[in-house]
Amino acid sequence: MHDIVRMAPLIFTRDLSVRIGSHDVCRALNWQVNPGERWAILGKNGVGKSTLLKTLAGLRLAETGELIVCGAPIAVPPARTAGGTLGVPTFSRESQRTLAKRRGYLTQHHNDPFPSTVMETALIGRHPHLGRWDWESTADHEITRTALAEADLVGFAEREVQTLSGGERQRLAVAQLLTQQPQLFLLDEPLTHLDLSHQVAIMELFKRKTQGEFSMTSALVAVLHDPGFAVRYCEHALLLFGHGEWLAGPARTIITAENLTRLYGHPLREIGSDNDRWFIPC
Amino acid sequence: MPSRRRALTVLALLFALVVASFVVALAAGSIPVTTHDLFTALFGEMFSEKWAGMGETSLAIEVVRGLRLPRALGAFACGGLLALAGALMQVLLRNPLADPYVLGISGGAAVGALLAMLAGLVLWLIDLAAFIGAFAAMLIVFGLAHGDSSWTRTRLLLTGVIVAAGCGAAVALMLSIAPEAQLRGMLFWLMGDAGQISEPRPALVVLAAGLALALPFARELNLLARGDVLAQTLGVSVNHVKRGVYFLAALTTATAVTTAGSIGFIGLIVPHLTRLGLMKLGWGNDQRLLLPAATLVGGSLLLLADTLARTVIAPQQLPVGVLTALIGVPAFLFLLGREKHA
Repeated sequence: MHDIVRMAPLIFTRDLSVRIGSHDVCRALNWQVNPGERWAILGKNGVGKSTLLKTLAGLRLAETGELIVCGAPIAVPPARTAGGTLGVPTFSRESQRTLAKRRGYLTQHHNDPFPSTVMETALIGRHPHLGRWDWESTADHEITRTALAEADLVGFAEREVQTLSGGERQRLAVAQLLTQQPQLFLLDEPLTHLDLSHQVAIMELFKRKTQGEFSMTSALVAVLHDPGFAVRYCEHALLLFGHGEWLAGPARTIITAENLTRLYGHPLREIGSDNDRWFIPC
Repeated sequence: MPSRRRALTVLALLFALVVASFVVALAAGSIPVTTHDLFTALFGEMFSEKWAGMGETSLAIEVVRGLRLPRALGAFACGGLLALAGALMQVLLRNPLADPYVLGISGGAAVGALLAMLAGLVLWLIDLAAFIGAFAAMLIVFGLAHGDSSWTRTRLLLTGVIVAAGCGAAVALMLSIAPEAQLRGMLFWLMGDAGQISEPRPALVVLAAGLALALPFARELNLLARGDVLAQTLGVSVNHVKRGVYFLAALTTATAVTTAGSIGFIGLIVPHLTRLGLMKLGWGNDQRLLLPAATLVGGSLLLLADTLARTVIAPQQLPVGVLTALIGVPAFLFLLGREKHA
């Protein structure tokens, strides 16, 4: 683990603007994610949470500004003319390889057009750590088995992926992310399809992966839909209000009934005490 | 679990299957061939001295060397090319139903070849026209689907299907205006026939080159088969690899079609059969093994089918495309039925 970035911010943005078509996701975002921090991104459907996450993952271009992820500068081009098309960012192969090892991205949708076993699918996460002609080693299998166990998929290794339930498939995606062993976890709705106990288990898992021994190296940014989970597992929050407006800061001060009411356009009420706050729609 | 050593074991076994298929293909036919003839034909005179006194069989040797071996090598190469192209297309389009012809490449080749036949050109010009037609169709599909940088699979597939339909209409038109004398040759070309193979070497070279180009990227293809975003996340430069795969699939398909006409179902069935077989061993869809394995299986299958096609009602020869389709259709329906229950 010699190439791990220590203590430098894992995400650094300056005046970053992200747009989808003519819709502003965020304007002039100045934001920093440090090791050991857990951030929740909250916002309405279609406000661009996933788009922002994809931009942070280096999978799509931003409009303007500066973005550095895991020490890899993602060259953000100057503002493009109207009608310009989105494409793959122009960062170098080298920073692409760096990103592939250091930041993991959990997508909302998982595709399995071809038959494959759970083990094979989870092993895919080892790809960036292998050379062109390498085959997965015993060590890679060990890492993958551990990841499957952490995602509560013990005994699933030989199962056919297409026979998994939605929740099991989601946990397999989590296991795949763990085998990648990234420093920065970018999670797009990680709790999709999960039952309540697995929702808690997965959030606890990611909490473990970003604290203690990992607090100097790892961080998490998750798009969440439940503000209760956000305050319970994330100390920081980024709210996207639409039209490019954003608010970032400690969850304690940012996630309030007042802000959430404005965020979702629906009145919310806070219940519970300081360390255990939940929000229910009125 | 997949490991390099076990993959090589599987490939070695498949290679033995290939050798066995060649023995069958070279020995079967109306002129009987002994083991001695086979060895002499393949490895020259040094064996015949050791085997001296077995009798004079120069006719059999001539038949093996001059007729059966080029045809067998050509059939093997075409089967391998089609299976490789099919496996690549299935990854590229992330669609298990994709085959080498789905993007109109064989349609383009057919238009080229039939035009050349109508013009009464000689054989090598017909081959050239088929190759040009295949690449023209590929460039049209690629260019149209590439319109903007969002190079989506649906767009590619739709463009391919439309171009293929257009080529189909052009082929029908040419068939309907073709003089009686040329009609039979045209139909045989369209059905796919290994009997027209005179020179198997270009196909073999392209097959070897295609595999050599695809294998270094096999693990990247594994990722690509699971989705662009995942592949890109894990460091695959998706657009480059996709473009390369498309070009390679087009080149291998065009070579196969030029060599032996459009032979159906090898490109669709063989990757599936191989994948199903590997599933039983615990390898689902690992392109590192699937690509070479499908190539060897495809080559063997077409070789055996061609042997059947020229012997089953000898001296009459069937077009091998008819046989592969006759075997392929029920096999494919069977697979499709199984998939639903899985």
